[in-house]
Amino acid sequence: MLSQHLPVLLVVVPLISAPLIVVGRSGFAGWILSVAVAASTALTATALFVRATVSGPISYAIGSWPPPWGIEYRIDAANALVALLVSAIALVVLPYARRSVSAEIGQDRQYLFYALLMLCLAGLLGISVTGDAFNLFVFLEISSLSTYVLIAMGRNRRALTAAYQYLVLGTTGATLYVIGIGLLYLATGTLNFADMASRLGAVTDTRPLAAGLAFVTAGVGLKFALFPLHAWLPNAYTYAPSAVSAFLAATATKVSVYVLMRLYFTVYGVDAVFRDLPLGPVLAALSVGAMFIASAAAIVQKDLKRLLAYSSIGQIGYITLGISLGSAPGLAAAMAHVVNHGITKGALFMLAGAMALRVGGTGFERLAGLGRTMPITAFAFVIGGLSLIGVPGTAGFASKWALVSAAMGAGHWWIAAAVLTSSLLALAYVWRFVECAYFQAPPADAPEVGEAPLDMTAPALVLTAAVVAAGLFASPVLDAATRAAAALMGHPR
Amino acid sequence: MTAAFFGHFTYWASIFLLMAGLYIVIARGNLVKKLVGLGIFQTSVYMLYIAPGKLIGGTAPIVGEGFSVYSNPLPHVLILTAIVVGVATLALGLAIVVRIREAYGSVEEDDLLEADAKDD
Amino acid sequence: MRKDIVLRVVGKILIPFALVFALYVQFHGDFGPGGGFQAGVIIAAAIIFYGVIFGLAASRRAVPEALVESMVALGVLIYAGIGVAGLLLGGNYLDYFVLDHDPVHGQHRGIFWVEVGVAVTVSGVMLKVFYLFAGRGRDLEE
Repeated sequence: MLSQHLPVLLVVVPLISAPLIVVGRSGFAGWILSVAVAASTALTATALFVRATVSGPISYAIGSWPPPWGIEYRIDAANALVALLVSAIALVVLPYARRSVSAEIGQDRQYLFYALLMLCLAGLLGISVTGDAFNLFVFLEISSLSTYVLIAMGRNRRALTAAYQYLVLGTTGATLYVIGIGLLYLATGTLNFADMASRLGAVTDTRPLAAGLAFVTAGVGLKFALFPLHAWLPNAYTYAPSAVSAFLAATATKVSVYVLMRLYFTVYGVDAVFRDLPLGPVLAALSVGAMFIASAAAIVQKDLKRLLAYSSIGQIGYITLGISLGSAPGLAAAMAHVVNHGITKGALFMLAGAMALRVGGTGFERLAGLGRTMPITAFAFVIGGLSLIGVPGTAGFASKWALVSAAMGAGHWWIAAAVLTSSLLALAYVWRFVECAYFQAPPADAPEVGEAPLDMTAPALVLTAAVVAAGLFASPVLDAATRAAAALMGHPR
Repeated sequence: MTAAFFGHFTYWASIFLLMAGLYIVIARGNLVKKLVGLGIFQTSVYMLYIAPGKLIGGTAPIVGEGFSVYSNPLPHVLILTAIVVGVATLALGLAIVVRIREAYGSVEEDDLLEADAKDD
Repeated sequence: MRKDIVLRVVGKILIPFALVFALYVQFHGDFGPGGGFQAGVIIAAAIIFYGVIFGLAASRRAVPEALVESMVALGVLIYAGIGVAGLLLGGNYLDYFVLDHDPVHGQHRGIFWVEVGVAVTVSGVMLKVFYLFAGRGRDLEE
């Protein structure tokens, strides 16, 4: 009986745990409950992923109102993969969070931290599984609002301005999305994605549809830091608490990219977006801008977390480049990079947080000589960096290879050249860390440090191992991504 | 020409509010004023949804005898949700502004940028 | 403002009426304008009015901080609880028709409790925001 309600339990369990943590008022009890909830959502997401892959799309009607009149949770191979990524990252970050939260956030507010993290998790999972456009907006705002508060809990006072900047830009993005959905609703009369997809062909006046697409692209683009709408990301990731940076870098932008994929390929369809409108070249141009300009900006940063943030903007460029190809292999490459980049950045930010705990910050002057004082952490960071570059044997290589082959298959050799050239830029900024950690002496006033505590290092190393595993045994992720692309592009009804 | 304007008056008003709100967010340096601009921007969306909900000749959406055309109640429900989200965002934004005031001593963007540049 | 006799007397007369009006708006959401959000805001407005006239300390005595914070959480739990009750009684999440002996009464019961949850949370949030903002300047001055 329980198994038929798994789609809704995926969202409801984290959602209920948040007020329970607030009522409980204890940071430790909040942490225990969060870990339990993360474990249960990971199990639920795995079960749903298996079921969606084996038996096809799962449909769940909230309140038993049949779609398209009611809100429908519709889980196919694409959003099951995204939900699995989000819950897996949550499961790995939460054990890590306890020590970093105790170090960075005051005792009296820790229970609020865990409550907000659970709300953010519920929001992200809700975005993944819902099949209703306005319900997606509600979950988008749930996750975004809790994110703004989580970022504002950072130690530095600049966390507050970062949170404010993200709030203004993020709310503008969500409102632009609502305008786009409004235009779609006025044209088709429905809010259900599957129903919209089937009705869109019959609409005669296509100008509101094109306007809706533009609004939605700009709105969702603000949410996933599409270049040049990325201004909020460096500050937000740098000044947020370490556990928050790790969780957000791995999940928040990826879920928003999934929203774009859902709207482009399932609702509008490849023809409307890439053949009738020039979105392919526009998106490709912006992606190349992200890949080169953001990666170049990463090279000159003085703070490790800020470097990783700019690197994220560049890596998201690869994902949108895959989308801009407008083909199934391109979309599969983009989906594969969603997963691979998620686990890579999660690992890197967790390692950066472990370094911050031990040396007191992430500025490069403090991280000098880390290769000697924290050898395991530094080496794991280098492995993550290799994945960002795309060295064979790491997750980044698998998805970049898929992207290059998809581009060559479509005859766009210049895209392949761009991917390879920007990987050189990634090499430059990863080299900055290697040079700092291995070729510089520790600062004179450095405290005697060792590795970070095991409950912080172990989750980070688990994700680093996953990065290597996804590089050496790339087919599970690539197959799942190909199935996801097929589910996104296929006709749902 | 006038028909094009007055026939779509609510859409013109919605666009005006949208542009005004976005302009305030970008052009004003005071953090509280930016939030006000954000609120105006969100209000334009409410009008965009609700205005088309009223169908010409439609009555209130309660089933009654003798009526065949009803106005659409769904946009109202959607906009109630959007208004609540807007209120929550505004409250959160103002809370962050209060904290910024305590940490920096000012809520002007220029002063904040100067203070941050001095930190670096 | 505690010294102003007009405000004190009018406040003491009107605040209970405001609270009763909030209950009226809450329960008549089915038949006219109203419902949980509006009622919650009126309740919070009445208590904030009390706080503005008689001082923050007095309103903190009337509605303590701990109560306000638990109201915020409790309302969400009530709403989600109705959804889970629908699950446990055999329907989907947020099914109202399984909540009573026949679907129509089930819908009434479901919407009633859902609106109660909304009102509790909304009034709790408004009061919490008021306490946080109003209390800040005072704490800094001390």
